Amino acid sequence: MLRVESISKTFNPGTINEKKALCGVSLHLAPGDFVTVIGGNGAGKSTLLNAVAGTWPVDDGRILIDNVDVTGLPDFRRAKYIGRVFQDPMMGTAANMQLVENLALALRRGKTRTLRWGVTKAESEQYRERLAQLGLGLEDRLTVRVGLLSGGQRQAVTLLMASLMQPKLLLLDEHTAALDPKTAAKVLEISDQIVSENNLTTLMVTHNMKDAIRHGNRLIMLHEGRIVLDISGEEKKNMTVPQLLEMFHTVSGSDDANDKMLLS
Amino acid sequence: MLEYFASLNGAALLRACPGGIAQGLIWGIMALGVYMTFRMLDLADLTVDGSFATGGAACVMLIANGWNPELALLIAFLTGLVAGAVTGLLHTKLGIPAILAGILTQISLYSINLNIMGKANQAINVNATVLRITSNANLLWRTIVIVAVCCVALISVLYWYLGTEHGSALRATGSNGAMSRALGINTDTMKIVGLALGNGLVALSGGMLSQYQGFADVNMGRGAIVIGLAAVIIGEVLAEAIIGKRLNFWLRLLFVVIGSIVYYLVYVFVLWLKFPANDMKLLTAIVVAIFLAVPYLQKMRKSSFHHAGVRARAQQKGGDR
Repeated sequence: MLRVESISKTFNPGTINEKKALCGVSLHLAPGDFVTVIGGNGAGKSTLLNAVAGTWPVDDGRILIDNVDVTGLPDFRRAKYIGRVFQDPMMGTAANMQLVENLALALRRGKTRTLRWGVTKAESEQYRERLAQLGLGLEDRLTVRVGLLSGGQRQAVTLLMASLMQPKLLLLDEHTAALDPKTAAKVLEISDQIVSENNLTTLMVTHNMKDAIRHGNRLIMLHEGRIVLDISGEEKKNMTVPQLLEMFHTVSGSDDANDKMLLS
Repeated sequence: MLEYFASLNGAALLRACPGGIAQGLIWGIMALGVYMTFRMLDLADLTVDGSFATGGAACVMLIANGWNPELALLIAFLTGLVAGAVTGLLHTKLGIPAILAGILTQISLYSINLNIMGKANQAINVNATVLRITSNANLLWRTIVIVAVCCVALISVLYWYLGTEHGSALRATGSNGAMSRALGINTDTMKIVGLALGNGLVALSGGMLSQYQGFADVNMGRGAIVIGLAAVIIGEVLAEAIIGKRLNFWLRLLFVVIGSIVYYLVYVFVLWLKFPANDMKLLTAIVVAIFLAVPYLQKMRKSSFHHAGVRARAQQKGGDR
């Protein structure tokens, strides 16, 4: 479903701030794969997601989604294939538009915006049903301005928006990092629910090793812009956090207390 | 003091009101254009000072060349569309900050407007042309009705457009660009469309004003952005106060025009009080600055370092005792 072929990206090339963020990363996701991505600060996790989403062009390599070469397309042209949830809960929704308007925008992801009315009666019913499934009581608040919702609610809405128009690929970029533990757990639960219901091919970046092991069917670890670990199936299921930390130190060749803090 | 009050003439104020209403309605269309860019796109677009005069200049010159005044207004609208699109292209395709892009277009329009008119101002030969929008005292009420109908029609069209899929995408662009792009909206295109439409309305308004006053002047748009903002803000404050929670989007747009009418009635009133006309722009700017500052100051009143410091010192004293 997603084929990344040896992509590279260097930020600020030729300056003292030069940063090789991705160094020839290759990755292939089969349909229905749910891959969690871990790694220390600056390992290239978010960079990988942004490369796939088309936030900026890559320096080298190819990106194919469902056999379509999207390497030359900017983010808004790739949007029809990709559902996204950002780290910042404020980023995934339009604060001063109504909940129903946000969902209506998402239902038309990647489609030509015509001069037909922006929200139809029939789709409002559909939204009501889908919101009820979130279990947050939002189904009765269709006309509320999204800015009045909490961070957790907004993240749940963003998840729903990402899946309203079935995406070929779902990108979750540390989407629970800014939430309190209880809300984060709830949002992760909703993520699992939405991914399995729609059988979505998913790439989820997380700082939390436990979450990385518990969710998805495959786990990759990035370090200095390279994939240094790629496990799936039984091997991933039986993985523990200490084992994972150990592996991290082996591949990174360091015993950085910072990384330990960040990843555990 | 008594002498001053005695010199004020109540009948004169009453006579000046219809003119204020007519001007308010015409500038209301301009304010709708400012509303498009300032509130919908969240851009402060300074193109309007230039495009307002461009609309007026184009209109007057076309009428002088024997065009039908209504058709001339349509062309004025089109000139505004182009001016706004230029600002949009400078901003999105050449990476120039929106405010600067607007200023660049505005200043180039000054030259263009002089070129259109051939000199700094041009009058319409009112004896040779039948104008439906005119400050002729006998036809003033008819003018008011015509412009009011135009306003309601434009508000309805704007309401419809901003409710469509395309218009929703435009509003989303102003509200959250990153989200819009993730949902497949070409935010660059939307900004260009919004700036073009906004300036189209502004130029249309400029054309109407030139017909109303019977001439166009290269400086007629100076400070237009401030008047537009004043109308938008006065309208919002009034709408909140009068309608409150039941405010829908159509009424919001209507109150932009009402804000403009109120602005001009206050203008007429202040002039009637013999306030020097030269100081009107200063007064307007002060009023706009106050209204723009109020939300910020209200927030500061609730939570500021100054108050936190005062509270902390009070607690300290309490603790010492």
